Amino acid sequence: MHDTSAHAAQHGAPTSFIRKHIFSLDHKVIGKQYYALALVAVVWGMVLSWIMRIHLGYANFAIPGLHLLSANGAPGNIMTPEYYLQLMTMHGTIMVFFVLTTAPFAAFGNFFLPIQVGAEDMPFPHFNMMSFWVTFVAFLVLVSSFFVGDGPTLGGWTQYAPLSAVGSVSGPGQGLGVVLWAASIAIFCVGQLLGSLNFITTTLDMRTKGMSLMRLPLSAWAWFVTSVMGLTAFAVLMPACILLILDHVAGTSFFVPSNLVINGEVLPHSGGSTLLWQHLFWFFGHPEVYIAIVPGLGIVSHVLITNMRKPMLSHRVLIYSMGALAVLSYMVYGHHMFVSGMNPFSSLAFSFPTLIITIPSTIVVLIWLGSLYGSKLRINSASLFALGFISMFISGGVSGFFLAQPSIDIMLHATYFVVGHFHLVMAVAAIFGIFSGTYFWFPKMRGRMMNETLGKLHFWLTFVGAYCIFMPFHYLGIAGNVRRYQAFTDDYLIPLIPVHKFITIAALLTGLAQVIFLYNLFHSYFKGAPASDNPWEATSLEWSTATPPPHNNFGDKMPVVYHDPYQYNVEGASTEFVMQTSPEQYNNPHEEK
Amino acid sequence: MAKIFAVTIVLIAIGSAIPIVMHTWHLPEDISTHGPLIDEQYGDTMAEAGISFLASQILLAFFIWRFSNVKPGTKTRNFPGGAMGLVIAAFLLVGTEVLALGVFGAKAWASVYFTPPAADALPVQVQAGQFAFYFRYTGPDGKFGPIHPDQINEANANFFGLDTTHDQDSKDDIVTAEMAIPVNREVHLLMHSKDVGHSFFVPELRVQQDFVPGLDLSVHFTATKVGKYEIVCTQLCGLGHYNMKAYLEVMSPGDYDNWIKQQAALQ
Amino acid sequence: MTKRNKFMAVLSTMVLVSCGALFLGQKVNAAGEGKISGTVKLDGTAPHMRGIDMSKDPYCVKANTATPAHLQTVEVGQNNGLENVVLYISEGWTGAATTSTEVPVFDQKNCMYTPHVLALDAGQTFKVVTSDQTTHNIHPLPNPMTGNIPWNQSQPPGAAPIEKSWKNPEVIPVQCNIHPWMHGWHVVVKGPYATTDSSGNYTINNVPPGNYTVTAWQETYGTQTQKVTVAAGKPGAADFTFKAK
Repeated sequence: MHDTSAHAAQHGAPTSFIRKHIFSLDHKVIGKQYYALALVAVVWGMVLSWIMRIHLGYANFAIPGLHLLSANGAPGNIMTPEYYLQLMTMHGTIMVFFVLTTAPFAAFGNFFLPIQVGAEDMPFPHFNMMSFWVTFVAFLVLVSSFFVGDGPTLGGWTQYAPLSAVGSVSGPGQGLGVVLWAASIAIFCVGQLLGSLNFITTTLDMRTKGMSLMRLPLSAWAWFVTSVMGLTAFAVLMPACILLILDHVAGTSFFVPSNLVINGEVLPHSGGSTLLWQHLFWFFGHPEVYIAIVPGLGIVSHVLITNMRKPMLSHRVLIYSMGALAVLSYMVYGHHMFVSGMNPFSSLAFSFPTLIITIPSTIVVLIWLGSLYGSKLRINSASLFALGFISMFISGGVSGFFLAQPSIDIMLHATYFVVGHFHLVMAVAAIFGIFSGTYFWFPKMRGRMMNETLGKLHFWLTFVGAYCIFMPFHYLGIAGNVRRYQAFTDDYLIPLIPVHKFITIAALLTGLAQVIFLYNLFHSYFKGAPASDNPWEATSLEWSTATPPPHNNFGDKMPVVYHDPYQYNVEGASTEFVMQTSPEQYNNPHEEK
Repeated sequence: MAKIFAVTIVLIAIGSAIPIVMHTWHLPEDISTHGPLIDEQYGDTMAEAGISFLASQILLAFFIWRFSNVKPGTKTRNFPGGAMGLVIAAFLLVGTEVLALGVFGAKAWASVYFTPPAADALPVQVQAGQFAFYFRYTGPDGKFGPIHPDQINEANANFFGLDTTHDQDSKDDIVTAEMAIPVNREVHLLMHSKDVGHSFFVPELRVQQDFVPGLDLSVHFTATKVGKYEIVCTQLCGLGHYNMKAYLEVMSPGDYDNWIKQQAALQ
Repeated sequence: MTKRNKFMAVLSTMVLVSCGALFLGQKVNAAGEGKISGTVKLDGTAPHMRGIDMSKDPYCVKANTATPAHLQTVEVGQNNGLENVVLYISEGWTGAATTSTEVPVFDQKNCMYTPHVLALDAGQTFKVVTSDQTTHNIHPLPNPMTGNIPWNQSQPPGAAPIEKSWKNPEVIPVQCNIHPWMHGWHVVVKGPYATTDSSGNYTINNVPPGNYTVTAWQETYGTQTQKVTVAAGKPGAADFTFKAK
């Protein structure tokens, strides 16, 4: 426990427009900026997926205006194979980095972590501001690759070497496109490292009086665990990207072995290792999956507790489970490489931690289900998306049983089964977490309520739609449908095209349903009903301050914490819920000390 | 609203399981000797994953149905057994489940990778390159000639970079664009990548292995059924990835002998 | 002068000027009438052209069932005439680099290039089209030191033609990576050029009188040169013979 008022980041409220809204040091503004960036990115990423889906379901269908997006990619609006792969790469990169990492972690975390721990701001506000603007530059660099040379890279978001390392001879976009991609990701890593540093320090050093670690809400814990993962994972990806750039511009051969021949030319590289890239990438890549999903676990728990009107069965077990997920996430990355040519003994060694990681995941799900028992569940947009998250997390999680086993991976590796698995468990679930957080926290962030009717309509269409899109992916994978194909010309794939048509239609409709969300968001931003300080009757610190919170979060007086974060329906308490800041004394035998 | 939600979850869960149970889309027919272990492992995993999936979705739906919008006066209750019971259940149920899967899965994996190829296995070399596979058979001498990367010339059909003028071993090597193997005879497949990463996937054969540029790997398998199958690339290798494939013909030994003679004559 | 007279005067001036222009133009044409012609032959037995196994793409197999495709590195026709030899003026040409205004077509047909060798002027626009129902990528690989920029672009069935040109003279290999056997050449030269037909005959047109060095390029056997003189009304002649290895 610390008294933070002395060493909190002191900076007065800014007055100029630029310092207030653009180069702001305020963690709340930075959080909103991250949210806005994620919103732009997710719309862009979704449009790319629509184009891809139309092409997969209806090959050679001329998409009007497609040629405007790329000079060479779509002659006569007909998609070329390289353009499909370029869109696919950009879809993956934008979604993983600029949506799934920024929105649940950087956006909500920035806004609410300091408030939930009871701090005035993050300890390093300049780093914090830099972290957003660096991320913004990274996004610009990535998007710029659409407009230079022969377009963005086509190597997939995993950017396997040597395809990514030998230059434009290996395909359109593999020269400048890759360099821009790697530069963008390296810059992005800088932003996330700065952010993680701030998150960790905020959690450890900036807690207000009475706020012990165990009194932190689950969302704060999730962001803390995520930032620890981020610090180590992005610190590995960044040098990997720099080495990749060096292979392009400095003639090095980190990832390129000798004697490769493309178009009859022996490439001037020697001595590199292609598996090195895969090890470096997945050492980042698997924790990244948890960087995307752990904040969701925290947000969803936080939202659910408020709407169940009772705490989780065990606060500690959830925290330990998230910690276990974080630790194990580094020991399982090899399951991406079962058939990649690494030693088959390593595959077995990676298989067991991968199977074991299902235990903490199962504990989290069981704690959620067990906590739902005997609750007084309130149904609203936020809780619907939180419950939807659980459903998606289960559906995406069970397919992990298959992919954790190298023997089954022989059949399912690089098929649509994998695509279905990670979209459900990482993408859709994380997005549901973002939606849940948005409906829950929007009133606090903006001071206005969102429209509940539209929110529920949005939920129904998205929930059913997401299943219609991603469940069939598993069936396709079982039938051997290889991923990253721009057309299905193989004899055994042609009968599967009707399934792709179904998915395409589902994807377009589900995507269209997101317009309801965008409308709700923007309409509520300007015209929403005014929100009270605590519309959900919640207990954690963000609900004990004004709506929206003042510049230094709590006004003149820093809050003092007397209770666990989730005091709902406590025996002996005078009210149905007790704020963390309420000095009321009562005997709660379950309270953490 | 909560009740409709609960019903929706159950419908989605059951609806998702139907194509699996009905085998609407199933693993392609197995034509390998090592495949049954993999298929068995897949079946066991599907059963366990399927039960976990249905049970947890239905439980979720039931709790949503039962505990939403309860009467204002109702007190909240805790799950009997509390968190500890659930943690122990998770460790016991899921722990033993994954341990069993892991151990039996290791057996299936070992049957593929930890047994050396038989001494009389038929050696076939496959070379992956953007965006085609080419195959090489040793010819009568039983030896592959060396590869000279600088002599690769696709315009002249020298896909492997063989120097038939100088290398004695290369003279009788047989290079083909499709792969033929005799049925019920073990094949030792030597994998070489010419340029970037590729993969060799024959779903029916239960074989998928990446090509690692700069590192020649090998797999071995025995096909048990005559027929024509597709070899596809599963590692993103560039713009023609989707069309990178070759045909695998599993032939009777007699047909195979004729085929290899024919191919030798075409060199 | 009446208005009408004025009109007549302008008209007659115009007629006169046009006649003069026509006359001058004819004179230019007459100068270009000069040509160099001859035959390119192979001395010895032509190497065996292996058949091409296209089994990876069933479309290509089907397209070639009637006449099986084979390698095209040495194509010998009647009387040992060598096809696909490019002849151009390597020394002595003082005119513009681009002499032809037509837009030649490089077609992808039955998973082969038609023509197999495309001769071009530096700066001349050419068109890449596809007649196939399978996607091809066109991947010319010039040496970047020449100033020609490599490119790599796909052409799905039904896609619009790709129009390009090469900046500098160079012999550029062209490949389709999706169908690795598809291999062709863009031979980029300065000034007039010709490609031999199936009997090995060629004619370089539009060569004004003068002393020239003519180069014959064949993809397997390399180049040969000969000095040729073209006089007014007397075309140059040069026959080449490549020796089979």
